[in-house]
Amino acid sequence: MQNFEYIAPTTVQNAVAALSSQWGVTELLMGGTDTMSLLKERLATPTRVVSLRHINELKGVSKAGSGLKVGSMTTLSALASNKDVAKAYPSLVTAVEGIHSMQHRAMSTVASDLLQRPRCWYFRNGFGLLGKGPGGKSLAPAGENQYHAILGNKGPAYFVNPSSLAPALVALGAKATVTGPEGSRQVAIADLYAIPMGDNDREVTIKPNEVITDIVLPAAKGLENATYEVRQRTLFDWPLATASVALKMKGKMVEDAVVVMGHVAPKPWRSSEAENALKGKTISESVAGEAGKAAVSMATPLSKNKHKVTLASVAVKRAVMRAAGMEVA
Amino acid sequence: MPNYDWPSQQNTTLLGKRYDRLDGPWKVRGTAEYAYDRNLDGMLVARMVTCPHAHAKITAIDIEPAKRVQGFRGAEVINPVGTELQWTGQEVLAVAADTEEAARDCANAVRVTYEVLEHLSGEEDVKKAGQKNRVQPASDDTKGDPEAGFKSADVVHEGYYGVATITHCCLEPHGQVVDWKGDEITVYASTQAVSRIGADLATNLAADERFKDVKANQIRVITPVMGGGFGSKFNIDTWGVACAKLSKVTGRPVKLMLDRDEELMLAGARPSDFGNLKIGAKSDGTIVAFESESWSTGGVSGRGAPPLPYIFTEIPNQRVRHLNVSTNTGPSRAWRAPNHPQAAAMTMTALTDLAQKLKMDPVELFKKNLNLTSRGDVYARQLDKAAEMIGWKQKYHAPGDGKGKIRKGVGASIHTWAGRPHDSTCRVDIGPDGSVSANLASQDLGVGCRTVIAAVLAETVGLPLDVVQVNIGDSNLPPSGASGGSTTVGGVSASTRRAAVNALEKLKEVVAPELGVAADDLEAKGGRLVSKSDSSKSIGWDEACRKLGVKTIAEMGQQPDRNGGKLNDSGVGGAQMAEVSVDLETGIVKVESMAAVQDIGYVIALKQSESQVFGALIQGVAWALYEERVYDEITGAMLNADMEFYKLSGIGDIGNLMVHIDQGIYDDRGVIGLGEPPAISPGAAISNAVHNALGVRVPVLPMTPDKVLEAIEKGGVA
Repeated sequence: MQNFEYIAPTTVQNAVAALSSQWGVTELLMGGTDTMSLLKERLATPTRVVSLRHINELKGVSKAGSGLKVGSMTTLSALASNKDVAKAYPSLVTAVEGIHSMQHRAMSTVASDLLQRPRCWYFRNGFGLLGKGPGGKSLAPAGENQYHAILGNKGPAYFVNPSSLAPALVALGAKATVTGPEGSRQVAIADLYAIPMGDNDREVTIKPNEVITDIVLPAAKGLENATYEVRQRTLFDWPLATASVALKMKGKMVEDAVVVMGHVAPKPWRSSEAENALKGKTISESVAGEAGKAAVSMATPLSKNKHKVTLASVAVKRAVMRAAGMEVA
Repeated sequence: MPNYDWPSQQNTTLLGKRYDRLDGPWKVRGTAEYAYDRNLDGMLVARMVTCPHAHAKITAIDIEPAKRVQGFRGAEVINPVGTELQWTGQEVLAVAADTEEAARDCANAVRVTYEVLEHLSGEEDVKKAGQKNRVQPASDDTKGDPEAGFKSADVVHEGYYGVATITHCCLEPHGQVVDWKGDEITVYASTQAVSRIGADLATNLAADERFKDVKANQIRVITPVMGGGFGSKFNIDTWGVACAKLSKVTGRPVKLMLDRDEELMLAGARPSDFGNLKIGAKSDGTIVAFESESWSTGGVSGRGAPPLPYIFTEIPNQRVRHLNVSTNTGPSRAWRAPNHPQAAAMTMTALTDLAQKLKMDPVELFKKNLNLTSRGDVYARQLDKAAEMIGWKQKYHAPGDGKGKIRKGVGASIHTWAGRPHDSTCRVDIGPDGSVSANLASQDLGVGCRTVIAAVLAETVGLPLDVVQVNIGDSNLPPSGASGGSTTVGGVSASTRRAAVNALEKLKEVVAPELGVAADDLEAKGGRLVSKSDSSKSIGWDEACRKLGVKTIAEMGQQPDRNGGKLNDSGVGGAQMAEVSVDLETGIVKVESMAAVQDIGYVIALKQSESQVFGALIQGVAWALYEERVYDEITGAMLNADMEFYKLSGIGDIGNLMVHIDQGIYDDRGVIGLGEPPAISPGAAISNAVHNALGVRVPVLPMTPDKVLEAIEKGGVA
């Protein structure tokens, strides 16, 4: 770990003021579950670390109109155990429960989950976010890409977005309030992420000196939502593919649908193909299955991750069934 | 000569019974002091600089930048300029500094330059490895007439099978604290060989001109507890030697424990195995011919061939070939039952596939051919017992017979291991204050060895378990063998038994005249020495010991004993069965339950024996379903040298584990080791259960969803 200055401001204004406008110069500490490893592995070598943990206004869940406002420093366990969240947004609760580590859920916050860096093993082994080897060639396409992207993987990025909450929040139409030196703005969660195209790009659209202060969840009335995660193990592990759906129902018929997949692309991947397959339909296992197939119809698997196409399709199918109150395997 | 024989377990209070391990409370409370926990006054911390390339020659080492880091204390080169390094993570040098942080900064500051050479990481593609000149024939053995054998067969099965390389991944990584003061060198080591690594260190130090006069008797090794070895911690290793040198040159104690990534990259791997197997049988299931061509890697140098065909060694016609593939990957070390788990995972699977072709229950096929094994009666009984435990009769169905998205299946495997006892010397002391202790330089790897020694001593002198003291993990004590190959319990139980009987004899000689009985008329039980002929004549233990006055009894016991006498044996059998469920849509396999039946001869500590088997099954679930070392072929980097993508099983993944230790059947054979045998079969049993569920084989372990889905798709399972 490289030495750094540590500050723990108590206001958002002071936190923003302490951040550099250049990536890599300062780092935010929001939960510590990822940043600490990055520092230890020297994948992050900031001169200053800014903790948001002492900014009390960033913690907790409150009513906001007919929806909810979730402070960005609310821990994942606090989020999932909040009664209003549990009642209206089961897809978020499932996403949190999928993290089979009580310790992790107790430390990790909404912001740290959303902004954690990719788990791509090329990135984590020091080959850069785009995982380039000798001669600047991308390693994933010809290498060990079993956990890599099957969508949005035209290059040069092949990693997958690791956030547990993001797919569910995108499906629910949530927005993040982002605060920087020029004030606050609202960003749809879907627009928080971008696929990096160059070596100096990041996987997020917010600026290095901006912080997420809260998440605004729109009303979930009439919105059947669910998450399904394909996981190999029942301990702290990353899912192989996930899907979150939000269905606006008119009686038994799907009036509108949002289908978002996680761990399949460098950003949460919304599938209009799957959504179209659901609109106007009554949910059955076969309709859900069709949506699953549609969700991956544009998939372009790499040499070792063809199975992820199947897994993502199953995740969508089962999330749709779960949202419709059907039993899944 | 005193009678050392094991008492009948009908008359024992401890041996063969259930009691808690002595070190359990220390571990739960965190008071057990592992090598990693040693923090001595003035101690420095050392870190290693390792090679970032899979194959490279060191062209220059510049330590100067590290010397400018605040806190730098010393550096020792492990592999000098000119050395050709053969795997990513191989050691270059070690640096010591005031703190761990400073040591890491020092290691980061060192500049090493390399001439990068061509490498090979993967071995499964043996053709490609051959083109790179990395394949060497290892063995080619023929028995009978394989060609004629196959001609005489009614049914022939051919299949491809494999097991990926796994690492030992010890929870306490390798390493030690070395405190070199004057002429005395104390090594607090995480080791499986307390009595041995001192000499190993001395030899390695003496090879360096600066330390050429070092002798083994200057070195004391201390290991009261240790956090897992599995066969990877027998040597002092380069980092131990560097740590000692750093202690000498800095004049301070130095701690060097491996990081998790180092632990996975360079501190031990179990070789892979891949191969094509062919088995021929008569239509009644009688196996007549076997042929295999297998290959594996143990890293850059070769390794022994797996014992194929496994268990059914007497198949009349055989040809068994093995190839070694040299790869630039972390070198192999012994892993529980070296070569056996791989051999089982290839043989038992191929036999189960043959059974499918014969339309036979695979357990019936195993039983039909037990005459081709060396302990058929044992396996027959164990297979029946395991079948009863898991409900084989109710659960077994024709392979692939099932409906719905979740398919269930059961599978079986059998195994053997020698487990002959290692040499051991024990001294039992009885003091005038009534204290009793067993003293020997053995080690407890976390499996209950300390408790075993205590039980033997306590049973022999007729005292409760918590009254006797066990002193192990110190090389100043009488020597005992390294703990590997299931040799420990057989060895230490015999030396302790003999020493305890000898010490007790001495005590009897002191008190017998006062009781007016002959010494050999006395027996120790219930905390007293009691006359066998007249039970009214007895004396309490403490009172008896007081008669020693100022003397302490110190008697030795040996394994083997020069006068002979049989307290142990080698050669056991075991059977395991697994039940799994497979999600047809995701290819995810869950272990529902496992049943393990194990023969270990005369049982000493039943609960610890069961625990040893539980551990083996839990490890087995991991290497059957999750665990593999992943190298990037382009860069030669190990991509999952962490516990995030190097996946082990968690508590929710292991299912319902059932263990049965054979008791009262083989007591006459004496004690036989248990560390290896239960670790052999899990992969084969789980693979066979998946086969039963799906009707198709997932040929290579671990059975990750990609491989399971591929098998489902290829086999048209619906």
